[in-house]
Amino acid sequence: MITQATNYRRRKLVDYGMRGLTIGATVLALIPLVLILSYVVFRGAGALNIAFFTQAYEPPVVGLDGEVGNAGGVLHGIIGSLIIVGIALIMALPIGILAGVFLAEYPSNSVATVVRFCTDVLSAAPSIVIGVAAYVLIVQRTHQFSALAGSVALAVLMVPVITRTTEEILKLVPHTMREAAMALGAPKWWQTLTVVLPTAMSGIMTGVLLAFARATGETAPLLLTVLGNNNVSVKLLEPMAALPLLTYKYTDTPFPAQNTLAWGTALVLTLLVLTVNLSVRWATRSRTK
Amino acid sequence: MAQAERLSTWQTFQQRTKHGDVIFWLLTLFFALMVVALVAAVGYVAWVGSSEARGRFGLSFLFKTGWDPNAQNFGALPAIYGTLVSSGIALLIAGPLGILIGVFLSELCPQRFKSPLSFMVELLAAIPSVIYGMWGVFVFVPFFRSWVAAPIAKSVGKSFPLLAGPVAAGRGLMVAGIILAIMILPTIAAITRDVLAVVPNHQREAMLAVGATRWEMIRKAVLPYARAGIIGGLMLGLGRALGETMAALMVIGSVKDKISTSLFGGGITAASLVASELPNANDSMHESTLILIALVLFGITLCVNAFARLLVWQAARGPVGSARS
Repeated sequence: MITQATNYRRRKLVDYGMRGLTIGATVLALIPLVLILSYVVFRGAGALNIAFFTQAYEPPVVGLDGEVGNAGGVLHGIIGSLIIVGIALIMALPIGILAGVFLAEYPSNSVATVVRFCTDVLSAAPSIVIGVAAYVLIVQRTHQFSALAGSVALAVLMVPVITRTTEEILKLVPHTMREAAMALGAPKWWQTLTVVLPTAMSGIMTGVLLAFARATGETAPLLLTVLGNNNVSVKLLEPMAALPLLTYKYTDTPFPAQNTLAWGTALVLTLLVLTVNLSVRWATRSRTK
Repeated sequence: MAQAERLSTWQTFQQRTKHGDVIFWLLTLFFALMVVALVAAVGYVAWVGSSEARGRFGLSFLFKTGWDPNAQNFGALPAIYGTLVSSGIALLIAGPLGILIGVFLSELCPQRFKSPLSFMVELLAAIPSVIYGMWGVFVFVPFFRSWVAAPIAKSVGKSFPLLAGPVAAGRGLMVAGIILAIMILPTIAAITRDVLAVVPNHQREAMLAVGATRWEMIRKAVLPYARAGIIGGLMLGLGRALGETMAALMVIGSVKDKISTSLFGGGITAASLVASELPNANDSMHESTLILIALVLFGITLCVNAFARLLVWQAARGPVGSARS
């Protein structure tokens, strides 16, 4: 019997040990997740008040008791992020979706291979490199940090995410639906626009949402392009504030009131990422099973 | 009659749109080629932007120390060293952990916990890097300084300069490496899980049939089969660590002009050097040098990622018709 093999006890122990180790590794990976989320939620919740959402930057004031107060809010960051990411989305949507349609509808030719390789390159490129490109292309030419340059950089970061999800989702549309449209005499473009795309719309939207969440949290390219601004600004050709930039800036200040604001912005960003990821997971639940 | 009219309407529609397919193809092709153009533009712009620095130094400045933009002295060796060391630490920590997590998720985890656990591990990859940096500054750096770095520097550090103090600043290569490890862990875990999932079941069954324990089966029959894919996953993680900017910038201490002998000392990575100096560069030479550093970084991550993709792609395909479940 196998239980009587000479070294069975030792092998059994090694087996248990290694299985325990894999469980231990998984638990160990969840510790930072729980720690980061709970710190952001507990320290950030204290920062969320009316002023946080309605005021822009206020210079810190030293009170009579030596405490530094009057932190102001991050309205300028919220508005800035919405504008920058919104414009980036408008630029990235047509490129991302139509390139994805191309990859899914005309999948096997050498152009598609090159395009696929390029989306991989874009999604793997460090975001700082994209930021540098936008800096050289726009900021250096115009001698002016601008929200538009930031939008261009973020759009480049969004395109590969949208393209890839669009391609994957369109490939999941059942062939019978295309055949039904073909049987009615619809040409390919009509069939793609009226049958395939509407069927896949919810899936494409999840890709767009993921790209939106990723772009909102991007900091490095914004540092090189929109720079930051202490006032509420809606001018596209001037420096603008953005939430992740404020997180970065307020982390490195000696004023506790501003550090609290940093936690607040981090909470807003985390909530956005969590909401998007949970809703995407909820929406694609049936598809992945 | 009415039907004939409808038919002819449909026919006129077809007549009028008979070039639709060509136009549609051209339209999507145009936007698809735009993706290619974006990559080309990024490369070209960085190439042109760095021409001044390339003309003056070539690549020699990458191999000397001493970073002083005011004196036109650019030595990027500390940045290269910091990038390699912090990414190396990250890979050393996250590599084994990520593989173990991938093994657990693919081979040992009860079905019911599989997808929630995968989701939670992948959530680590969705958190913006600036939040890692902030959490590092406020929480991890003080903790690490007083509970890990200080005791080690006082005991082991006396004889090993690599682990010596001072640790007063707290920020340094080691902390940056650990934060990067947390950030690349989900990449390595997810890819290991995916390549293990396509290992054919008869590999496992054959091993179990000769009396192997579960771990022996994994060790001898599953992991060797997926080796190429796992290495690919490690390299994708490495690529991510090399290019990571914000988290590294915030916790690495920004020591730009010299290489610290101790892992607890401050440093700088290539990406964070660019992020911290390019927005307020002194002159065009300074700008050009930083752009050249970004270009080199782009080239390196491109190579690492292309190689990794190749490995993962080959491994994830698996032998024909052998995918599990």
